[in-house]
Amino acid sequence: MKKTLQVGEGSVLNQQSALKRLWKKNAIPYLFLAPWLIGFFVLTLYPMINSLYLSFTEFNMLESPKWIGMQNYIKMFTEDERYLKSLSVTFKFVFISVPLKLFFALMVALLMNRKMRGIEFYRTVYYIPTLLGGSVAIAAMWRKLFSSDGVINRIIYMLAGIEAPNWIANPSYALYTLIILAVWQFGSSMVIFLAGLKDIPKEYYEAAQVDGANKFQSFIHITLPTLSPVILFNLVMQIIMAFQSFTQAYVVSNGQGGPLDSTMFYTLYLYLKGFYYFEMGYASAMAWILLLIIAVFTAIIFATSKYWVSYGDGRD
Amino acid sequence: MNRDLKNKTSNFFVHVIVIAIGFIMLYPILWLIFSSFKLNEHIFSDVSLIPKKITLEHYVDGWQGIGRIPFSRFLKNSFFVSIMSVIVNVISCSMVAYAFGRLDFSLKNIWFAIMMLSIMLPTHVTNIPRYVMFNKFGWIDTYYPLIIPKILATDGFFIFLLVQFIRGIPTDLDESATIEGCGPIQIYWRIIMPLAKPALVTTALFTFLWTWDDFFNPLIYLNTPEKFTVPLGLRMFLDSTGESNWGSMFAMSVVSLIPSFILFLTMQNYFVEGITTTGIKG
Repeated sequence: MKKTLQVGEGSVLNQQSALKRLWKKNAIPYLFLAPWLIGFFVLTLYPMINSLYLSFTEFNMLESPKWIGMQNYIKMFTEDERYLKSLSVTFKFVFISVPLKLFFALMVALLMNRKMRGIEFYRTVYYIPTLLGGSVAIAAMWRKLFSSDGVINRIIYMLAGIEAPNWIANPSYALYTLIILAVWQFGSSMVIFLAGLKDIPKEYYEAAQVDGANKFQSFIHITLPTLSPVILFNLVMQIIMAFQSFTQAYVVSNGQGGPLDSTMFYTLYLYLKGFYYFEMGYASAMAWILLLIIAVFTAIIFATSKYWVSYGDGRD
Repeated sequence: MNRDLKNKTSNFFVHVIVIAIGFIMLYPILWLIFSSFKLNEHIFSDVSLIPKKITLEHYVDGWQGIGRIPFSRFLKNSFFVSIMSVIVNVISCSMVAYAFGRLDFSLKNIWFAIMMLSIMLPTHVTNIPRYVMFNKFGWIDTYYPLIIPKILATDGFFIFLLVQFIRGIPTDLDESATIEGCGPIQIYWRIIMPLAKPALVTTALFTFLWTWDDFFNPLIYLNTPEKFTVPLGLRMFLDSTGESNWGSMFAMSVVSLIPSFILFLTMQNYFVEGITTTGIKG
């Protein structure tokens, strides 16, 4: 009995000094970490758990949440045609705009990747749409640019003599004006591609030339593989961002996703459900499905990346 | 010689192509700027950039604002929110980045992984509970919901940018400072902060731009037009239908783009740095 007590006392002492060491090691680092750590618990983790809970409830902020199980999720995929429409609009937007954007970014980067005067100036010019494109000002201008008496139609008339439709008001075309707006902002992907291209050693190309490869062949066998990690990075970031596009669709469609819901982006519908109709349980469920969609696509891209992304250090 | 000539002509063609594409890229923005000086009857349909007759009427009208609120009010609000955001975001993100980049502590790798994951988290998952929470605090229709998240370094992306930079700063300086008796707090303030200046400027720039352009958060949190930021002010112009307002809308759009544009032109290299280390945004 006495013996065990002694052991116990000893371990308490040990524990104390271990605690002291732990405190000494961590006190100041955690002081520096504090802003983020508090933010993570209060503004990220707690809201996430809360929103998961709310997604199983009916909640309008006036009354307390009412548990309804899977109802929100079931309703989404079986009854809510507007939701399904928003899903298809968003998929269409992401799968057309992201590849086009990356394609243009890469082509322009290739064009500019050479010793040439004024490169920095050109890079600036090409980045300006990206710099300003996220603003309400540009989205509003876009609306006027593609309207029936807008400049785009004037140009079409001048070049082809055709009376073109009102792109913004036509359900078959409205989404494409937003896709063009997104593709137009390829600037940051281009800057990243340019940086990646600069990192490819010149010797690779010289060796290929000795072996008799033409420009196209060196592009396929040298540029693309060496650049593949950068392509992967751009692809993942752009997809994550494209799924969350909001401002442009809001402004161009006057906050309603029209005409005929043809520009009803997922996040726009989520906003309307949550902050316009105050169906906050439903909106939370939508947010979780969005998270799931983004996670699945990111996972798929990473899973397939081992077949098309090569790392120069032999980890292929 | 021959090869030189070939290079020169191919470069010449590249210049032509790059300039042509560049012009098409910039045309909408140039059109917006020039249109804001055109008479109402020419404003939309005029393809050519040069106004037939220059007028400042739209700027005068637009500056008067809308709904009895002068446009300068929106600008003032936007500057307030953006500058506050820049200050608190730079301080808190640099503190956290210093912890991750330089200090050793328990659970560091786990926290870092969580921080990186949080960058990819769509904000919509947290928006509704945050709104409910801020509503309980009585913060709706104030600037707290726009600024407090920045005090708490919720933009993990800037932490990542700064960590990358701080890791690249040689540790000899810290070591000699430690020998001379400096603690982590002094090392952060006296050594890391001054040396990390380029990354801090990048952080400040992007924080300013994104806050300046932010539409979603002011849209859900601000209700009183007097408190509106520039994007909401522009939306008010849009909502007050009637074609006559488009002129002032265009003029004020141009005004709203000026701060971002000036920052970009004066600090281009920091932008390139920021984009290539972190890959955001647009």
